[in-house]
Amino acid sequence: MIGPLLVLATAAVGLHLSQRLRSGAQTWVSPICVAAVLFALWDLACEVSETRIFPTPLDSWHAFWEIVESERLWGDVVASLFRVTWGFLLAAGIGIPLGLVVGWSTRAFWSLNPIIQGLRPISPIAWIPIAILWFGIGDGAGIFLIFLASFFPVTVGTTSAVQNISLVHQRSAMNFGVSGIDLFRRVVLPAALPQIITSLRIALGVAWLVIVAAEMVGMDSGLGYLINDARNAGSRYDLVVATMIVIGVIGIVLDLLIRRLEHFDEVRWGYVKR
Amino acid sequence: MTERRPKVVFEGLSKSFPQKSGVRLSVLEDVDLTVEEGELICLLGPSGCGKSTLLNIAGGFEAPTSGSVSIDGVKVDAPHPRRVFVFQEFGIFPWASVWDNVVLGIRALPGEQQTEIAQGVIDLVGLTGFERTYPMALSGGMKQRVEVARALAVSPDVIYMDEPFGALDSLTRLTMRSELIRIWEERRPTILFVTHDVDEAVQLAERVVVFSARPGRIAGEVPIDLPHPRDLGSPEYGSVKNRLYELLGVSHLI
Repeated sequence: MIGPLLVLATAAVGLHLSQRLRSGAQTWVSPICVAAVLFALWDLACEVSETRIFPTPLDSWHAFWEIVESERLWGDVVASLFRVTWGFLLAAGIGIPLGLVVGWSTRAFWSLNPIIQGLRPISPIAWIPIAILWFGIGDGAGIFLIFLASFFPVTVGTTSAVQNISLVHQRSAMNFGVSGIDLFRRVVLPAALPQIITSLRIALGVAWLVIVAAEMVGMDSGLGYLINDARNAGSRYDLVVATMIVIGVIGIVLDLLIRRLEHFDEVRWGYVKR
Repeated sequence: MTERRPKVVFEGLSKSFPQKSGVRLSVLEDVDLTVEEGELICLLGPSGCGKSTLLNIAGGFEAPTSGSVSIDGVKVDAPHPRRVFVFQEFGIFPWASVWDNVVLGIRALPGEQQTEIAQGVIDLVGLTGFERTYPMALSGGMKQRVEVARALAVSPDVIYMDEPFGALDSLTRLTMRSELIRIWEERRPTILFVTHDVDEAVQLAERVVVFSARPGRIAGEVPIDLPHPRDLGSPEYGSVKNRLYELLGVSHLI
């Protein structure tokens, strides 16, 4: 009982003192203090309720080291990341060019947009039986599901990015005789790029949500499978929680990585508040 | 004044837009106007008088309902790279550096020539040292200079300016006007300058064409035979302004 209360008190004091820090240091210290508060409350709740099933933070930490040392975790992380990477790249590779065309050409928009909008609301999870039917249990089905999960945000985002290109920029291009492939390269793509990157970010977030769900139902490896396996193999909730935290941390890292794209000079203009 | 060639000729130009009610909204009616080569002409009128529409038609971005515009005797039906628009909002590309914006119109030239021309116009508008900068990092006035440099790079025949300094603060606007005069005196392109600001028209133009409120018709013309730089306090300046206010139908005494 003393341990979590001590952490709670320390974090509260830290949070209070962090107000006096430079804003740069505050952005680190404050969230760490809040996280410490949450962990302490979690621990306290376990002790007060005298639960025998739900793990404490320390139990989860031990479980985390268990799967790190047995090298179980590494294989599942790689399996999940492998499926997300390929499904996502495939979706970007097809979705961006398709979105550029659908956004630019009225005819393409009229013929393709209704189909895209019709398929978009179907959850990728609903595709799991078909994915397994077509690709069997394994990476193929996972990649296919991630492709579906990322393809629609990327395509729809790119389409609307192109449709939002300002009239002044279009007229500038016309005025200086920019046309054909040159028009796509010099105007359409760069003008749409900030919003395309935003749609990639959304797609990657969705992909990471979907892969875990897909692996829980229809795959025999990956972080989602690890969660399911831990529960089935003797209600190892400490492993479940440890894996959940790993999933969260990887999600943050993926988002941070893709956000780096927003810092290039060619796209930074698109994120400035006006 | 020496005899100059007619450059841009508007003949019986009218423009109307269909409306939901079925009645056509007439924006411009029967505009006849001849702009001479190398002239700096201001088109002055209240907001919504169709002067921007007139410029868009001259630039080839819109088609007239009746009548025509011709340049050097050839009818305008599409934008042309030698007749350049300087936009009211910022038309330069925010995703490209100053240099890449300026070379847009001369991208087909060989590299050496590109470099020479681009550096020339960048120096001319006073942006030396900012070649690699992106527009986001520039002030409003500097962005508008990039736009002017991009236009000048193609050695344009005609420059259309649609309230180009409207978004700038009043001091920057004054500077930009005298810069424009300096550049115009050096290069002598034909400039059609749209504004609703009487002072701007009097400071810049060799001739001011005044438009009436919608539908836009030419209400009158006032030649301004004052040498640059113009003394904003001189009696001639004041009398030209009064004449313009009269044509606009508003009192200059408030």
